[in-house]
Amino acid sequence: MNWIAIRMLTGDAQKFYGLLFGIAFSTLLITQQLTIFVNLLERGSSGVYNVSSADVWVMDPVSRTTEVAYPMPSTALDKVRGVAGVAWAVPHIRASASVRTGSGELEGVSVVGVDDATLIGLPKGMVEGAPQVLSEPDSVIIDDVGATRMFPDESPIGQRLELNDQRAVIRGIADAIPSFTSQVTLYTKYSRALNYVPGTRNRLSFVLVGKAQDVSPEELVERIESQTGLRARTRDEFARDGVDFIIENTGIPLNFGITVALGFIVGVAIVGLTFSLFIRDNIKQFGALKAIGVTNGTIRRMVAVQAGMVGFIGYGLGVVGTVLFILGFSGNPTFKGFYIPWQVPLVSLVAIVVIIALTGWLALRSVMKTEPAAVFR
Amino acid sequence: MSAAPGQQAAISVRDVSRDFTAGQQTIRVLHSIDLDVAPGELTYLVGESGSGKTTLISIMCGILWPTEGSVEVFGTPIYGLSDDDLVRFRLENIGFIFQQYNLIPAINAASNAAVPLIARGMDRQEARERAVAMMEKLNIANQADKLPNQLSGGQQQRVAIARALVHEPRLVVCDEPTAALDATSGRRVMDLLRDVALAEDRACIIVTHDNRIFDLADRILVLEDGRITHDGQSMPEDH
Ligand SMILES: Nc1ncnc2c1ncn2[C@@H]1O[C@H](COP(=O)(O)OP(=O)(O)OP(=O)(O)O)[C@@H](O)[C@H]1O
Ligand SMILES: [Mg+2]
Repeated sequence: MNWIAIRMLTGDAQKFYGLLFGIAFSTLLITQQLTIFVNLLERGSSGVYNVSSADVWVMDPVSRTTEVAYPMPSTALDKVRGVAGVAWAVPHIRASASVRTGSGELEGVSVVGVDDATLIGLPKGMVEGAPQVLSEPDSVIIDDVGATRMFPDESPIGQRLELNDQRAVIRGIADAIPSFTSQVTLYTKYSRALNYVPGTRNRLSFVLVGKAQDVSPEELVERIESQTGLRARTRDEFARDGVDFIIENTGIPLNFGITVALGFIVGVAIVGLTFSLFIRDNIKQFGALKAIGVTNGTIRRMVAVQAGMVGFIGYGLGVVGTVLFILGFSGNPTFKGFYIPWQVPLVSLVAIVVIIALTGWLALRSVMKTEPAAVFR
Repeated sequence: MSAAPGQQAAISVRDVSRDFTAGQQTIRVLHSIDLDVAPGELTYLVGESGSGKTTLISIMCGILWPTEGSVEVFGTPIYGLSDDDLVRFRLENIGFIFQQYNLIPAINAASNAAVPLIARGMDRQEARERAVAMMEKLNIANQADKLPNQLSGGQQQRVAIARALVHEPRLVVCDEPTAALDATSGRRVMDLLRDVALAEDRACIIVTHDNRIFDLADRILVLEDGRITHDGQSMPEDH
């Protein structure tokens, strides 16, 4: 009888494709929006993950994220170095500045000053040039996405910039995860960054710490906090802080939430309507089957097979659509590093199962209500 | 003519009444019907529109519960069965011919005719072969691969008859089987039913308005306002 159920469904091509479209559209909308949402949120932690060698971040007690940091006196560095279990500690500066390009345009950038000696604080990979270019005079390294933004048509290498009225020359391109705002980031040595960022007395944003082998990051965080009075976070905690900051301080979750809810509602509406139309068109046939001698259990299974098939194929199409979307835009710097976390298709699967269960249940009710005696009317 | 002593009635209806509720009102549509149908007979149920023919035949074949009374089909008190057992009883014992055929548009004629066998769990291929064999008897085996909407009304009717008979049910019920057919086709359908659906241990009940086929009946029951007012081999004079 399942075979008959499937033929009934596919036999009505218009409604069948309508149902597939509804489910696929819902899946696409939910999966794609959630994917973008998650990836955007994760950019809240890009500042942390770009510096993957730091086990612990130390900061002023009021600092919250890599972007929202209050500077500390430079003595903090020595205090941190004095804590047992700290294998190394280097200064790190993050500040915003304005830049005037060769063509005279003004752009807000963030300046990251990395340790002069070790260059800890730079992203791991380079797209062009080596980290050592920072030893050359006035040298800065630009992040790759920022480079395509600032210099869409020409190579950024060798470009001269006016950074807060100081001369800077781009000598390398870093392979970095873009920040949430995709702001251009310029990396330079700590000592030079102090010149670029106009002078308040304290300018040390963070102390980056590598832990000794015999201590866990959590334990080290506790030691640093109790001995220095500064705030310390493990890499993962601080990454999480960046994400939480976006969740708490932007309308992003609400906006995406609304779109996802719309995808769900549109799915329920299209699929629910089409499926109940389909069932209504076939109600006589279902009635005849009941009279002839098909049990309610079998009828239930038939409707479940129909709904399940629509859900399964539609969901597959929707996920494939999302994958194609992400692949299609993978060359676009805005979508750099975007991936589909496995939880996202799972969430949309749950949404589709709910849609299918809801419509199947509604449709089934009308089939169950049909008395077999109705076939003689 | 009711069942001879010692011979089991195909259907025996005892004191059956049926009420319908429409809004506040309850209307009695059948009044204490007592009736035996013998096997081997082509039995007609005739009467004016609204007299209760469809209601009675539905009760006799196990798809509508009587308000009062009991029904036995080949000795089984069908309304004493559980819901699922009653469904299975119908599947094993009863063939239906609906006025509107109710064929499934998406599957071909042979598959439609094979539905009762498929519902019993028979392998699809085997069921279809059996269905085609039945369609041969009805002279439409050559239409086996067509979809219902590619067939004429008369051909669809014969597919529906094949579906009613394919599992060799002991009781066949038809509501207005000839209403949509011309006189010749109507008579041919009745001949077919007599040939295929009737045997010593089988019964066939037909609800009809169609006076063109009254002469083909073995027994005619007339229903008026929910009561049987005539029971004989032919129609009463005043009709
Ligand atoms: N489900 C129902 N609900 C309410 N009333 C019903 C229902 N089914 C039948 N009736 C009523 O019962 C009466 C008998 O109906 P039935 O269908 O048995 O008549 P019929 O003899 O088959 O008529 P027709 O020749 O027009 O088919 C009618 O008055 C009808 O309105
Ligand atoms: Mg009727």
